[in-house]
Order: sequence, then structure tokens, then C-alpha cells
Amino acid sequence: MAESSKELLVRSIFQRNPIALLVLGICSALAVTGQMSTALVMSICVTLVTAFSSLTISIVRYQIPNTVRIGLQIMVIATLVILVDQILQAFFYELSKQLSIFVGLIITNCIIMGRAEGFAMSNPPIPSFIDGIGNGLGYSFILMSVALIRELFGAGTIFGYTIFTTVSNGGWYVPNGMLVLPASGFFLIALLIWLIRTYDPEQQESQ
Amino acid sequence: MHYLDIIFRSLFIENLPLSFFLGMCTFLAISKKVTSAVGLGLAVVVLTALTVPLNNFLLNTVLKEGALDWLGQPEIDLTFLGLMIYIATIAAVVQILEMVLDKFVPALYNTLGIFLPLLTVNCAILGASLFMVERDYTFLESTAYGIGAGGGFMMAVILLAAIREKSEYADSPKGLRGLGMTFISAGLMAMAFMGFAGISF
Repeated sequence: MAESSKELLVRSIFQRNPIALLVLGICSALAVTGQMSTALVMSICVTLVTAFSSLTISIVRYQIPNTVRIGLQIMVIATLVILVDQILQAFFYELSKQLSIFVGLIITNCIIMGRAEGFAMSNPPIPSFIDGIGNGLGYSFILMSVALIRELFGAGTIFGYTIFTTVSNGGWYVPNGMLVLPASGFFLIALLIWLIRTYDPEQQESQ
Repeated sequence: MHYLDIIFRSLFIENLPLSFFLGMCTFLAISKKVTSAVGLGLAVVVLTALTVPLNNFLLNTVLKEGALDWLGQPEIDLTFLGLMIYIATIAAVVQILEMVLDKFVPALYNTLGIFLPLLTVNCAILGASLFMVERDYTFLESTAYGIGAGGGFMMAVILLAAIREKSEYADSPKGLRGLGMTFISAGLMAMAFMGFAGISF
């Protein structure tokens, strides 16, 4: 590999962000961003699963027959997601209830499949692991920024701690109800994409 | 009326892409043209209508606590294997459907063919099965839910494709072209669909 580990890690966060550039893994990104805490848990889960699935698949990449590789990749990912799901249910039951089916849906998060298929199948274990973490962080970056805006301006809190006292609690801040609605996730991600693509015109689409 | 209610709810009120944001990747990627959106939508309807009842059957006969009673093993609880079984069922149904269509209905295969493998890892298909588990539907209820959930996806993706075909001629800011505009249109659609909330039979 010509690229150093640091480049592998950093490029996925801004230049080659999986959500903004490649439109991967958006499903969960929108649904869990209503609160910082759920977004954080989701980010950690996805980063871990991406990193370890890339690592595992890269280790066995010479043993995988080409015809059944998709099935095997899904099985590796499904096993890791079941592990994460069981751990969450055992130690953070409340959070796992809030995330409901979205932890299970990490299996079908295209970022993980995409990295397994696109990077881990043709690269050694250590770079694959780092690439997995990088892509997980790129996903987390978008998730946390959207969640920050939605929770701060929608409810006046960050991680449940009051930052702006809302009018209903005798404060001054009138919360923006629209940001609590799931649809606002679409607009915020659109604005983020606009921002990233203005900063880096190479990503713009020509029509 | 109960089944009609489930179908109506999953079509409009709990529309998978627009109120739960499931299947977004395919929803945004294959909505450039109405014709391909129709093909994708049909494939999704067929798949959810088959996989949701099938997973429901597996859940009730193999996975649930006490479900293995018919084998003389009432104390086994395999629910933790759920995720893996559901995704395996979906992958298997996709494979079989692909082969059957290729052999018997080549015309339909040419329309749906390219979308089928893609749908193995579509969150909407797995999500429909997971919602079925979470809500504890019976077999018939899950059939109704499967049809409604797939139909909701089809409707949403065709609508979005129609909007995108029109908005292609708009002069939007450079950074917002393509993906950004698609997100904004989908967001507006999601807000419009919230108007259905609360309607029931």
C-alpha cells in the first residue's frame, strides 16, 4: 500500500466520507440522530463492527471462494452484530430499547459490506482494520454533527443536560419543533453535503 | 378490517423509507428514472411479501422460547440467533427467486434481475422482518404487513423518481446538485407523509 495508516484513517472522515460522497449507510444515520446519546452508541457500534469485520474478512480473504463471498461476508457481519446486540441488551438495556431494531439493521448497513467487499478482500489485515475504523469515524462524524444540531436546537439539551433553558421550563429559549421531527435529518444531511462539497469541489456531481 | 388496517398503516403512516428511513441507500441511488424505480419497487414488494411471512413461520416454529416443543425440547430459546436466520432467509429467497425468474419468466427477470441481488442487503427488507418480530404479528398479519411495507417502499421510490426527473432541469447551487437535492426532496416528502398520521379504520 502506498498510503500510510494515518492517511487511511483520515481520508475517510472528510475527503472520502462514506455518507456524504458515496451515499452509503444512510438509513440508520437519519433515524437515530434525534438524541446525542443514541447517536453516540450507534456510532460506537458501527465503528467496532466495521473495523472487526474488515479485519476478519481480510484474514480469511484467500480462503473465501469467489462465488459465495457475499454470503460469507454477511455471516461474519451478522455474528458481530449479534455480539454487539447481546452486549447492549445485557449492560445498557434502556439504550437498546430506544435503538429498537436499528442495532439489528447494522447488518445491512452498506458501509460495512462496502468496506468488506471493496477494501478488505484485497488488502492485508492491519490496513483493513484501520480503514474500517476510518470509515466508522466518517460515519460517526456525520451522525454526531446531525445529532448535535437536532438535540441542541430541538430540545435545548446536549446528552440530556440542559444548555438552553426552554420556555416551558421558565427559560428564554423557544425550541425549534421541526428539528425533533425525523424529516429534519434529511435537510441537515443535505446541508452538510453542500458544505463538504463547497469546500471540496471535486466531489460535485455534474448533471 | 384488521388486516386492511395493517396494510394501510404500513403503506402510508409507517412508510418504511419516509418515516423510518429504511432502505435509504437503494431509495436514493435508484430513483433517477421512473422506469427503473418501478422495477425496483416491484422487486421489493415481491421480496417483503415472501420473506416477512417466512421469517414469521421460522420464528414461531424454531426460534421462539418453547417453539421447539414439537421436537421434545421445550426449554430451548434460540431468539438470539434471529438476526442471522432472517438475513439468511432473505438471501436464500433472493437466490431462489432469481433462478426461478430466470428459468420461467425471462421478461420479468430482465426488469427485476439487476435489483434482486442488491436487495439482500437492503435495510427495508430486513427491517420489515424485524418490525414483524417486535410487534409480534401472527402469520396472516405478517403477510399483510409484508405486502403493505413493500408497497409503501414502491410508492415512495416511484414518487421520488418522478420528482427527480423534473428537478433535473432546475438550476440549483453546484454543491447541492444530485445527492443534496435528492435529500431535500425526500425530506419534503417525509414531511408531507406525516399528514397521514393518526388515520385508522
